[in-house]
Amino acid sequence: MATHGTDDAGKAPWLTVAGMAPVLLALALFAALLQAIPAVSAGESLRFAWDWVPSLGISLSFLIDGLSLIFGLLITGIGALVFLYSSKYLAGHAHFTRFALFLALFMLSMLGLVLADNLLTLFVFWELTTITSYLLIGFDHATGKARRSALQALLLTGTGGLALLAGFILIGTVAGTFELSEIRAQGNVLQDHALYLPILILVLAGAFTKSAQFPLHFWLPNAMAAPTPVSAYLHSATMVKAGVYLMARMHPNLGGTDVWLWTLTIAGAVTAVFASVMALKQTDLKQALAYTTLMALGTLTLFLAADVGYAITAAMTFLIVHSLYKAALFLVVGIIDHGTGTRDVYKLGGLAKAMPITAIAAGIAALSMAGFPPFLGFIGKELKYAGALAVQSEPFLVAGAVLLANALMLAVAGIVSFSPFWRRKHLADDLNAHEAPWPMLVGPVVLAALGAVFGIFPDLLAYSLVNPGVAAILGDDVKPAELKLWAGVNLPLILSLATFTLGIVIYIYRQSLRDRLAAMGERAISLDRGWDRVLGGLKATAAWQTRVIQSGVLRHYLFITFATLFVAVGGTLLARGGFNVDVSMPDMLLKHWVVILLIFAGAMLTLTTSSRIAAIAGLGAVGIGVALIFIIFGAPDVAITQLLVETLVVVLFGVAALKLPKLDPGGEKTHRPLDALLAIGIGVVVTLVLLMVTDGPLDRRLTTYFETASWPDAFGRNIVNVILVDFRALDTFGEIAVVVIAALGAFALLKGRKTEEEKP
Amino acid sequence: MEVMLAVLVGVLVAAAVYLMLAQNVLRFLFGLILISNAANLTIFAAGRVSTGQPPLIPEGADAPIGFVANALPQALVLTAIVIGFGLFAFALVLAFRAYEALGTLNSDEMRVAEPMEDRP
Amino acid sequence: MNSIILLAGTRLLVALLLVFSIFMLLRGHNTPGGGFIGGLIGATGFVVYAIACGTEQARLALRVPPENVAMVGLGIALFAGVMAIFFGDAFFTGQWLFIGATEDDKGLPLSSVLVFDIGVYMVVMGSILTLTFALEEGV
Repeated sequence: MATHGTDDAGKAPWLTVAGMAPVLLALALFAALLQAIPAVSAGESLRFAWDWVPSLGISLSFLIDGLSLIFGLLITGIGALVFLYSSKYLAGHAHFTRFALFLALFMLSMLGLVLADNLLTLFVFWELTTITSYLLIGFDHATGKARRSALQALLLTGTGGLALLAGFILIGTVAGTFELSEIRAQGNVLQDHALYLPILILVLAGAFTKSAQFPLHFWLPNAMAAPTPVSAYLHSATMVKAGVYLMARMHPNLGGTDVWLWTLTIAGAVTAVFASVMALKQTDLKQALAYTTLMALGTLTLFLAADVGYAITAAMTFLIVHSLYKAALFLVVGIIDHGTGTRDVYKLGGLAKAMPITAIAAGIAALSMAGFPPFLGFIGKELKYAGALAVQSEPFLVAGAVLLANALMLAVAGIVSFSPFWRRKHLADDLNAHEAPWPMLVGPVVLAALGAVFGIFPDLLAYSLVNPGVAAILGDDVKPAELKLWAGVNLPLILSLATFTLGIVIYIYRQSLRDRLAAMGERAISLDRGWDRVLGGLKATAAWQTRVIQSGVLRHYLFITFATLFVAVGGTLLARGGFNVDVSMPDMLLKHWVVILLIFAGAMLTLTTSSRIAAIAGLGAVGIGVALIFIIFGAPDVAITQLLVETLVVVLFGVAALKLPKLDPGGEKTHRPLDALLAIGIGVVVTLVLLMVTDGPLDRRLTTYFETASWPDAFGRNIVNVILVDFRALDTFGEIAVVVIAALGAFALLKGRKTEEEKP
Repeated sequence: MEVMLAVLVGVLVAAAVYLMLAQNVLRFLFGLILISNAANLTIFAAGRVSTGQPPLIPEGADAPIGFVANALPQALVLTAIVIGFGLFAFALVLAFRAYEALGTLNSDEMRVAEPMEDRP
Repeated sequence: MNSIILLAGTRLLVALLLVFSIFMLLRGHNTPGGGFIGGLIGATGFVVYAIACGTEQARLALRVPPENVAMVGLGIALFAGVMAIFFGDAFFTGQWLFIGATEDDKGLPLSSVLVFDIGVYMVVMGSILTLTFALEEGV
């Protein structure tokens, strides 16, 4: 591992502010959430709300109910252990402070996500977890692999996030509110609405990318490029569960339909079986665990498809079971890596002697994972079978998928935590293995022990967390299944025994299975490689269109801009049915004609001449003509300004332009029919728009206000000046600031050059 | 009268666009001046024009007596003229410096920011 | 340009233009004029002077660098806006003081609005002179 030096880490001080602050923060939040247990298990829910963007119906509201409490406790509890672990694991790392900050930020985002009671607040926190996880996966930013994985996770989950936002906005328009608790109170409004299918697709797109359901799963194993504590925290216990949380949260409002049932069942089952087969194939411990995480996510999705008590109880229990043992095992893998410098299953063996405590913690966690009694994993597995048999779709298909997945999981549990410690190979001596220091042991030991304690006393968990969680999803009237170790000889127990047998057989023959899978994998289509191809194609397309549109020639840019203007405005005019305005010639006085002819002549002179003096004279004529128009139509202030500015323009041009070469030094295109066509087109469009504007009625409210308020309120008789310096003084201030900036910019351009030249 | 102003603005815009599409940066500047004049006239005409009194309140009165020209577009145009001048002056200096540095006024040949070599 | 007539005439003209520019600035609230117009007229005066006598002379006549005039003007305009806050009003609310006001006559009005307009005057004049002087010297 390049992320840390094994030797340095042993000596570096680990008890630092950056290391401990997140631990204390997580512990404080954990304790605060623990206090909510009595109220929540009594069926209450706690709500805290502040207005955020009231005009958009966005409030910063948080709700603690059974579901969010389970997630909240997992996030803060495992968070505290992982933070403690990483303070030692990465002690002395140059960027440890940054790491601790990212990890703490991630925890807060995740906590906000599960506690949010407003869809848009939830979305904001959802995106925050995406961003912080990007930073964490890419923490080891010097390696290309970490960068690629981070970007892949960001793009995939970010795209899902966008879909989710669209889905949330649709929900908001259908339900009329973004508050989750209000939406839940509405019952089946969403399911019965015509927009149900688009909403479901968009929300599930978000959930499936975040929770890595097949075929959007491939970012998760790649995300193992992150330091191991990150993998333990984000990619097993928390972030990837965000999608699961979302599905559970939206279950009352989006679930219960055939589409929901079948989509989730199929996606979950395929993910679970596919992932457990892939897990068997891995030789890197961390990769193997990553795939079993996928399997767990698939299983959770599978159970959330249903709306019977057994299945949801199974989902909630398995959620807790999985978080406990998976975080523990990831931390163990980190310890092995830390202690030996490798994670390769072929190289590891006989570590139990060197790291006894780790071995025991790993063993307990693995037994829970494999589903042996009396651990919580066993209860979870029994419930899974009971839940699978209770689902409305194909119970035997579901049960079969679960059986296969569980058997493979048992085998993987053996590979990850049995063979490195107990396999009779004396590799440990060469690896110079040593037991981890205590901050790194606390996590796995506590998590593994909890798995055992909850397994022996399941009621501890059932009444405090699981039942309120089930109630939050299904409502109070559905009875959750009981959590118990011995439920008599029934079908789930028989299936369990079948699992043990099958799992052990797979474990024994793992080598040949792995070889065969590897051979198959060579031929299989890799989504990961497909991803690279998509990204490469995107880049090539971007490069191609940049070449086409951004030629680097000013004229082309201007042409495209003007053509877009022409097409957009002209097209709108056409689509709106052309125009019908009164174009009858008004009564025009001779002076009007003179002024208009003056401007016209000036413009034509500027347009056609190739003499600089003539062009400047033409511009002067136009400017003076415009000033005359202002004075004829009762705008003396504007007219004076125009005249003065016109004078200065001519002076400046006179100063600068005459030092520049002549207009047509040759080599330029003189006849440009296409440009002329576009110019005339735009002129016509502008005329038409202006005709339509002046043909309509004029809203004089503002003018009237200024006219009547100018003297009584602002003590000024020149209304134009009063508007400028009093009513709209802030605008004027901005405008004079622009004038100063333009002047200083030009000044810098001219004066900066001198100092440049003076330097040798 | 607005009809005639609309036609005039159209002519000015057309001339400005044609000039701005030229290769010579000086012509582009001519176009810039014309198009800002056209924009000012557009704002002015959109507030309706009337041959008559400027928007002033006579001594002793609290509000203008009779119908006076629309003050709002005048205020907008007044600042727009000054800003337009700032923009023009900056563009002129930029063109001047570009000529000094690159020795050309042909915008097609000003390729420092996006050189041809970059393009396959 | 070394025309005696231009030189002599310019001195007179510049003085007139400057006085006129301040006149336009001060009367601007009630009759056509104001900071923009006043600033432009003032700038024109110095531009004429620069054309006749050279920018060096014009800079001497102005005494302070024009870019400083612009920046100080911007500061004065901002100050006029901020002033309202001290009186408990919103940013850029006009503040008025009528000296010697009676029932019929408003007396001599002083206001933050005038201060603002002076700021505008200085910004416009300073900016234009910054540009013009730099351009004339640069060419």
